[in-house]
Amino acid sequence: MSSSPMVVRVKQKRIAELISSGKRLDGRGLTDYREVKLEVGVIERAEGSARVRLGKTEVMVGTKIEVGQPFSDVPNEGVLTVNAELVPLASPTFEPGPPDENSIELARIVDRGIRESKAIELEKLCIEPGKKVFIVFVDVYVLNHDGNLIDASAMAALAALLNTKMFNYEVEGGEIKVKPGYTPLPIRNYPIAVTFAKINDKLLVDPWLEEEQVMETRLTMTMDKEGKICAVQKGGYGYFMLQQIVEAVKIAREKTEELRKLVVKG
Amino acid sequence: MPIFYERRQLVTPGDLIAEGDYIAGENTYRDNDKIYASRVGLVDYEARSVHVVALKAFYIPSVGDTVIGKVVEVTSGGWMMDINAPYLAMLRASDVLDRPFKPQTSDLPSIFDVGDLVIAKIVAYDRTRDPLLTVREPGLGKIMRGQLVEVTPTKIPRIIGRKGSMISMIKKETACQITIGQNGLILINGKTPEDERLAVMAIHKVEEESHTSGLTDRVTEMLKKEKEGVEHA
Amino acid sequence: MPKRKPEKLMDENDVRIDGRKFDELRPVKIEVGILGNADGSAYIEQGKNKILAAVYGPKEVHPRHLALPDRALLRCRYHMAPFSVEERKSPAPSRREVELSKVIREALEPSVFVEYYPQTSVDIFIEVLQADGGTRCAGITVASLALADAGIPMRDLVIACAAGKVEGRLVVDLTDLEDKGGEADVPLALMPNLNAITLLQMDGGLTIEEFEKAVNLAIDGCRKLYTLQKEALKSKYVAVKEAVEE
Repeated sequence: MSSSPMVVRVKQKRIAELISSGKRLDGRGLTDYREVKLEVGVIERAEGSARVRLGKTEVMVGTKIEVGQPFSDVPNEGVLTVNAELVPLASPTFEPGPPDENSIELARIVDRGIRESKAIELEKLCIEPGKKVFIVFVDVYVLNHDGNLIDASAMAALAALLNTKMFNYEVEGGEIKVKPGYTPLPIRNYPIAVTFAKINDKLLVDPWLEEEQVMETRLTMTMDKEGKICAVQKGGYGYFMLQQIVEAVKIAREKTEELRKLVVKG
Repeated sequence: MPIFYERRQLVTPGDLIAEGDYIAGENTYRDNDKIYASRVGLVDYEARSVHVVALKAFYIPSVGDTVIGKVVEVTSGGWMMDINAPYLAMLRASDVLDRPFKPQTSDLPSIFDVGDLVIAKIVAYDRTRDPLLTVREPGLGKIMRGQLVEVTPTKIPRIIGRKGSMISMIKKETACQITIGQNGLILINGKTPEDERLAVMAIHKVEEESHTSGLTDRVTEMLKKEKEGVEHA
Repeated sequence: MPKRKPEKLMDENDVRIDGRKFDELRPVKIEVGILGNADGSAYIEQGKNKILAAVYGPKEVHPRHLALPDRALLRCRYHMAPFSVEERKSPAPSRREVELSKVIREALEPSVFVEYYPQTSVDIFIEVLQADGGTRCAGITVASLALADAGIPMRDLVIACAAGKVEGRLVVDLTDLEDKGGEADVPLALMPNLNAITLLQMDGGLTIEEFEKAVNLAIDGCRKLYTLQKEALKSKYVAVKEAVEE
C-alpha cells in the first residue's frame, strides 16, 4: 500500500523489464496466483475463524456474533460489520494507532463483497423485529504484508464466515435463552476478490510486495458464485484505459472461479 | 503539422494545441508527438514553438528577478522570507553584514524582523534548495512605507507593458512611485492616498483585462475620468 | 424528518421519478474562483447536490517530515456538512469519508504535474453542503476545477459521473433515492483528452455485460459534463473580453 520503503532502482527496472515480456521475478505468469494455504477454525474462542497464506502474505479473520439493535431502515435484518487492522508486526510500514485510510479501504472492500453479494442471509438473523438482531463482526487481522492484502483478506473473510457457528436459542419472555447445539451461519453466496496491478501498461494478478511498490495503479474486482460483479475498486495514483478494464473483467471471471474452489469445498 | 487553435484563443488544461515537430513551450507539455496545454490561458506561437500565456499561475523563482517578500522567520543564519512562491526564500545574514558575524552578538531582528517587507533580488535557485536572495544592490532593502498590491504573477509583463509603456503611463497619470516585484507584489508610493488609490485601480484593471486588446488606452481613459471626477467632487 | 419511500423509481415508459430519461444528467451550475483566500476554488450544483472545493498550494509542507523528495504531496479531504443529509451527520470523519478522501485523491493525482514541485504540498478540500447522490463524482469534478483555478499545471481536467442500475434499467447520474433503491452504482472519473479512467468503483450486482454498458454510460456522462466544466473555467475571462472589446 502507499508509504512503503522504495524498491531499489535496479530492481525496479528488472521487474518492469520482465513484465514487458510477460514474466515476473518469481517465475509466475501474469495471470498466476501464488500458492494459497487455508486453515479454518484456528481460534476456538471466535464463532468462526480462518487463516489464509497467499505466498508470504498472511491474514487471519475471526468472526464474533453478538446481539444488538438493527438499523432503522432494515428492522428485520441482522447487521454485518467488517473491520480491518494492519497490525504493526505485519510490516515495517504499519504504525500503531487508529485505522488509517488503507485499513479502512481494505475493510470496506471486503465488506462490499460480502454485503452486495448478499452472502449472509441477514433476514434469518432477526430475533425480535425492530428490537433485537444478531450482529456479525468480521475482523480482518493482517499478520504479514507481502502484497495483495485485499484478495487474501477477502478469501479469509469468506472462509471464516463459512466456518462460523451460532449458538441455538429461544426467546422466552423477551429474554434470549441459549439452548444446546450450534447452527452454521446461513450463507448463500461466495464472493471472491481478484486484484490486478498495472505495471508498464501490463495487467498482472496477485501482486507481491515489490510489484505493489512499483505498480502504477491497481484494480480489484469481486465476483459472486454466478459470475456477477458485486464490487469494483480502483486504487493507486495511475489510471486505466477502457480496454484494460474490459480485459481485467475477463481474467477476473476465470480467476474468481479458481479461487472459490479453494475456499468453498463440496 | 497541424495547430488546432489560433493565436489568443483560450485553452484549458488537456486541450490538444498542436501535433508534430513543435517545441513544447511554457504551460504546455508533450506526449509523443502531441502538445497539450497544462494551464488555462491564451495560445501563442512563434517559429517552431507553441506556448500558452497563463491567465493564472503562481510565482516560480527565477535568478535575476526582483521580488518583494515578507520576513516570516529569523534564524541563526539569516531570514526566511515568503515571496509568494511554493518555496520560502532565504536571505543570509552574511549578505547584509559586511564582517563575519556571531549569531549570539548580532541582533538580526533589528535589521529585519518578522513582518517586515523587503525588496530583494534572487541570486540563486536550482530547485534542490530554497531560493537565495540578496539586498546588496541599490534600491533593495527594507520597505518603510507604501501600499502593497498583489496580482497574479503572470500579469506582471502586461502591467509593465511593451518597453514599459503601461507602467510609465500609470506612474505619470498618478504621480506615484511604483516598484514591481516579479513575484506579483507591487509597491506604490504616492503623494496622497488618493493618488495611490488610482494606481491600485489601474493595476487591478490591467490584471482583470490583461487578455483583451486596446487596454492601455482604456486604462489611460479611466484614470483621466477618475481624476476629473475627484476634482469636481 | 423521515420521508416516505416512493413506490416506484421508474415508470412504464422508462421515465425516472424526476422526469429524466435514462441517459439524462441532472441540471448543472458551476462557478469558478468564488473563494477569496484559497489559491483556487470552484462550486457546483448538480440536481440537489451543492459542493464546494478549495485548493491551497503548492506550498511548504507542514509537518516538514511528510515532504516527498521528488514530488509534491497531494492531500485531499472530502467532508460532509452535518446538515447536508436527511439525518444529521456527526462532524467527525466517518469511515466512508476517509475512503472517499483516498479515492478522490487518487482520481485527481494522475492529472497533476506533481513532479514539478518537490517538497511542497497541494491541499484539496471538498465540502459537501447538500447531498443527493453522486457527491464523490461532483466533488472530483469541482476539485479539478479548483486545481486549474489555482494555476497548478495539469495534464488534463478530471470529470466524474456515476452510472447504475435502477429497477432493471441502466441509468446515468443517480440521485440518492435511486442509489439506495437501485441494484448497482458505478462511479467513474475520466481525464477526457487522454481517455484515462482515474476512478472506478462499483457496488451492487451486475453481469459482466451490464457492467461494461454502465462504464460506457458513465464515460458518456463525463464527456457531456466536460463541455460544461470547460465553459465554467473560461467564462470568467470570456465575459470580461466580451464586455470590453466591443
